[in-house]
Formats: sequence, structure tokens, C-alpha cells
Amino acid sequence: MKSENVLEVENLSVTFATERGPLQAVRDVSFTLHAGETLALVGESGSGKSVTSLAIMRLTPPAPLVALGGSVLFTGADGGKRDLVTLDPDAMRAVRGNEISMIFQEPMTSLNPVHRIGDQIAEAITFHEHISARAALDRAAGLLDKVGIPDARRRLSAYPHHLSGGMRQRVMIAMALACNPRVLIADEPTTALDVTVQAQILELMKELQQATGMAVIFVTHNLGVVAEIADRVMVMYSGAIVEKGGVVPLMTRPLMPYTQGLLHSVPRLDPEALGLSPLEAIPGSVPDPFRLPPGCTFAPRCRHREPACEAALPTLEAANGNHDVRCRRWRRLAEARA
Amino acid sequence: MANFLLGRLLQSLVLLLIVSIIGFAVLHLAPGGPLSQFALVPGLSKEDLARIAHEMGLDRPLPVQYWEWLTRLVGGDWGRSYRDNQPVLAVIAGRLPATLELMGAAILISVFVGIWIGVMGAIRSYSLFDMLATVGAMVALSIPTFWFGLIVIYAFSVNLGWLPPGNRMTVGGDGSFLDYLHHLIAPALVLALVEVAIWSRYMRASMLDVINQDFIRTARAKGLPERTVLWHHALRNALLPMIALAGVEIPTLLGGALVTETVFTWPGMGRLLLDSLGYRDYPVIMGILMFSALLALLGNLLADIFAATADPRIRLT
Repeated sequence: MKSENVLEVENLSVTFATERGPLQAVRDVSFTLHAGETLALVGESGSGKSVTSLAIMRLTPPAPLVALGGSVLFTGADGGKRDLVTLDPDAMRAVRGNEISMIFQEPMTSLNPVHRIGDQIAEAITFHEHISARAALDRAAGLLDKVGIPDARRRLSAYPHHLSGGMRQRVMIAMALACNPRVLIADEPTTALDVTVQAQILELMKELQQATGMAVIFVTHNLGVVAEIADRVMVMYSGAIVEKGGVVPLMTRPLMPYTQGLLHSVPRLDPEALGLSPLEAIPGSVPDPFRLPPGCTFAPRCRHREPACEAALPTLEAANGNHDVRCRRWRRLAEARA
Repeated sequence: MANFLLGRLLQSLVLLLIVSIIGFAVLHLAPGGPLSQFALVPGLSKEDLARIAHEMGLDRPLPVQYWEWLTRLVGGDWGRSYRDNQPVLAVIAGRLPATLELMGAAILISVFVGIWIGVMGAIRSYSLFDMLATVGAMVALSIPTFWFGLIVIYAFSVNLGWLPPGNRMTVGGDGSFLDYLHHLIAPALVLALVEVAIWSRYMRASMLDVINQDFIRTARAKGLPERTVLWHHALRNALLPMIALAGVEIPTLLGGALVTETVFTWPGMGRLLLDSLGYRDYPVIMGILMFSALLALLGNLLADIFAATADPRIRLT
């Protein structure tokens, strides 16, 4: 089960046309997603994590998009492989919401305010599976029940403004699960929610994943959430992957100085026990995407940089096992810490 | 809902009262009066005119005249026309169908054509179509209605002979539906032109706003075809602000109808108003004024009620 790849992303790049010229938002991103696993996609705002997830669904805004490069091989339930980057629009629509679903950051604005939630869930089902509206509504009621919405049958006729943010996100999840997708892409699904509701939604997603065996790509900037839910983690910085690996090695022994900085900027109650200062921010800010430094894009903010770092962009190299890092000094830095 | 209607009714009464006071005052502030046209008629002396004015009650203080008019109106008496002594209500009722016909046709054209142009402009924003629509709307808004009406008459009636140059039907004709329709085309298009421009601009902005909303991305993420995303998910939301616009546009349309009816010798309320203004036929002018105000208030009320039924988030209180 674990060995099967549902998604094989190769050299995915996304370029937008802007008034200041082409902007490469995602650069040569490659990764695989195994059936049933949770892959966390971590990074600051503007790191390209949301664009990556939208590009897999081919939902990046069409107007300023100039180029979608690379390939996204998706293995369907029938075992057939398709490249989502080149798939024709009709076939892509048949994948969206059916085999790959997505939920978004803003539950308050992600549901259509003038349609009943039952209809909003059912329409995807009727479209993809060609069953009657009545049967689809029945399934929608079952889904609402499954995502923990009490009195599900009656809620079918509720409008989004009748529900709280947490409830709306549950509706979004029900909608995403409507056609039993193989992959669920969750773009910061808990960021806009209260902490207690966040925990409930995470718990719900974990349960549903165990029940359905779907793979999840979880986009977040919250490392606490990553530790909670992920099997593997991928860290992005200015459009490229800078480190990826299993959740335990990556979070306990991060190799890339940027990942270390991210982990150190999480407030802790026991910093001394971990040999850390109370709270360390990464100095500076994300580089201007129009004027990326020629070398390592993190070098200007990195306190371990040396002149060679600023000369050429390091490659993503295998450190040990499945742990990859894009840093020419990782070996020496690891030795220095040991 | 009942509270809402009651509140609206009271508001409307106050508004009507204010409209009537201002209308009455402005009307009488203008120099001249119903009798000034007879000033130079031989055989009518100044004394004669003064006597007639006294009999008509025109020499009394303005507030007294207003009070008299108002108390009669409340009693259901709208007065009689100075011109032909017909009851004002009957005069207006005789002209109302023609105006409603013209306005109805113009509303249908402007709503459907305007919305279509607006939606297409939003979906293909900055395309050739969108740019032409934008320029076209600017031109349409800048053209004076009376001038455009004359151009249409010149082109389609005088030169091409396709459309009748005026009137609501062929005089002495069979009065068939097609004859009415034939006469309606030109004035309805002329009256609708400005409205089409307004509607298409508002619709484009509203639709553009909606298609960039998160829930449209959600609809696409569900794999729905673009047609469903636009016409089922986006349009319904984009139309909500248009309902309020419809309520506001009714008085504008009435004002446009006045000009259009005059150009096309259309026997409606607009022309009646213009004729009555020329004669200083105070009772008829006041009657039309009150009627238009009533129509505008009713339009806004209907727009609010309709908006509440179309948008589940709105509650009338």
C-alpha cells in the first residue's frame, strides 16, 4: 500500500506574467505522494506552496499564467497514469473534485452564499457520477453526518451564513470527500479557525484519512500542525523545495538552516531544555521574486553563509535515506552541531 | 415583514409630502402662470384676467393654495386640468398605458442586453469585445437622447423607411399587435440605449468582483464545467446588486421617457408633462409629479422585497 505512488510530480514550474515581467512562482518542484500518506508542504507566505497545490489541480488563475512546466503524473483508481499538466480541460474536470479534491483556507468565503449547502455538496456528485439529485442529496446528508455536523438531514437546506467557520470547513471537507477522492489537497484548512476548532478539524481529517485511505497534501505554515498530522514534510522557500524528509528526522534534526530557523521561531515553553534561546526570528524577509539572488535564495538571511553560497544555487541532494536538502554546507553544519 | 411594510409606508408618505411641497413651490416660483399666455390676446383686459385668476384662486397666498390642493388630494380629488377641464386622474390614466408600454420594453431590452454585455465583458475582460463594449457604453452615455432619437428617425424612417417616425400606432390602421410593435421598436431602443450602457457597466463590475471570489474557485475545484460555474454560481451572486439598481433606475427611465416621447410624438405621460408645463397646467403637472414619485417609491420597495427573496442573507426588518 505504502509503496504505490498516487502522484509523481516532476520539475513542476509555474510562471505568471506580471506588469514587471515574468514571475516564476514555483521552480522545479519534484516529489512523490504515496497512497494513504500525509505530506506537509511548509513555507512562509510567498514561498510557492499554495501555487504548487493549485497547479496540481490546474486551478492557478488562467489570465496572468504564462507557463506551467514539468509533469504531474496521477495514478487513478483504475491504475492508469495521466499527466495532469497536459490533460485536456474536460478530462481535467473529471479528475477535479472526483479523484483529487481540494479544501481552502477561508471557509467563510469558500462556500457560495446564495445556494443551500446540500445542493453545493450534491452538485459535484451528480456531475461526476450521473446519479439522481435525490440520491446525491442522500449521500450529502451521509457526508455531513460523517464530518460531524449534527442533524445532518435538516442542515442540507441551510445556507452558509447559518454556519460557523468551523462548521463551514466541515462542509468543505464533506464536499471534497463527496466522490471518494484518492488525493485531498488541503490549503491551510485550519489557519482561519480558532485553535480549539483547529484541533477538531485536524482530528476529523486524520480520522477520515484512516477510514478512506486517501493521500493528503497539507499546505501550512504552522509547524505545530505539521508535527500533528504529517508523515513526510517538504519545506519550500522562494518557489523551490529546500528540504524534504520524514516528519521525525526533519523536525528533530533539520539540515537546512532555513528549516532550523523556522523551527526556532516557534515559541516554546522549555527552550533551555532544547538548548535554544527563547525565541529566534529569522532576520530579513523573503527575497523579491523579481530579483532573486543568483546563488542560494536563502543565503542573504543565513548566518552560516559563505561566499560560495552566493555564487550558485545548490542542488537538492540526498542527505541520508529519504532526507533531501538544498544546502552546500549541510554536512559541515551537521558535524559542527554533533 | 409586516413591520417592514408598515415602516416603509410611513416613510413613503413623508417623502411624498416633501416632494409635493418642493414641487408645488418650484412650480409657482417660475415666472408667468396659466393665464400669462392670454396677456396679449385682444379683447381680454388686465381686469378680465385678474378676475379669472381670482375665480381660479390663483391670487391667494401660495401656502393656502397648497393646503387646498393637498386636502382635496387626500380626499381623492386630484383636481381638473386647466386646459380641458378633464379630471387629472382621467388625463393621466389615458396616457399611462403608452408610457408603461414604452418603459416596459426599454427595461426588458436594457436588462437582458445590458446583463449579457456585462457578463461577457467580465468573462473576457480586456478582450476586443470588452473594449468595444466599454467604449460603446461611454459613447451611449454621452449621446443626448433627443439627438439620438432624431438620428434614428432620420436614418430608419426618413432614409430607409423601415420604421415609422412616431406615434404609437398607424392612425386609422387595424390596431394589430404587430402594428404596435412596429411603432415601439425605435422609441424603445432609443430609451434603452443609456440604460443598456449603465446596466452593462454595473454588471461587468459586479461579475468581475464575483468571479474572483473564493467560492468560484471552490466551484471549479469541484470539477464543474465552466458554464455551470459562471451561470449558476457566479451570475446569481453578481445579479444581487443589480436588483437595487433596477429600483433606482426607474425614475431615470421616466425622465428619459419624457424626452423620447416628445421626439417620437409618443402619446404618453412624458409628453403630457411637457405639454402641461407649456400651459402651466398646475393640477396635471402636480398629478404627474406625485404619480412619478409614487412609481419611484414603489420601484424601490419592490427591489427591496425582491432582493430579500433572492439573497438568503437579507432579512427585511
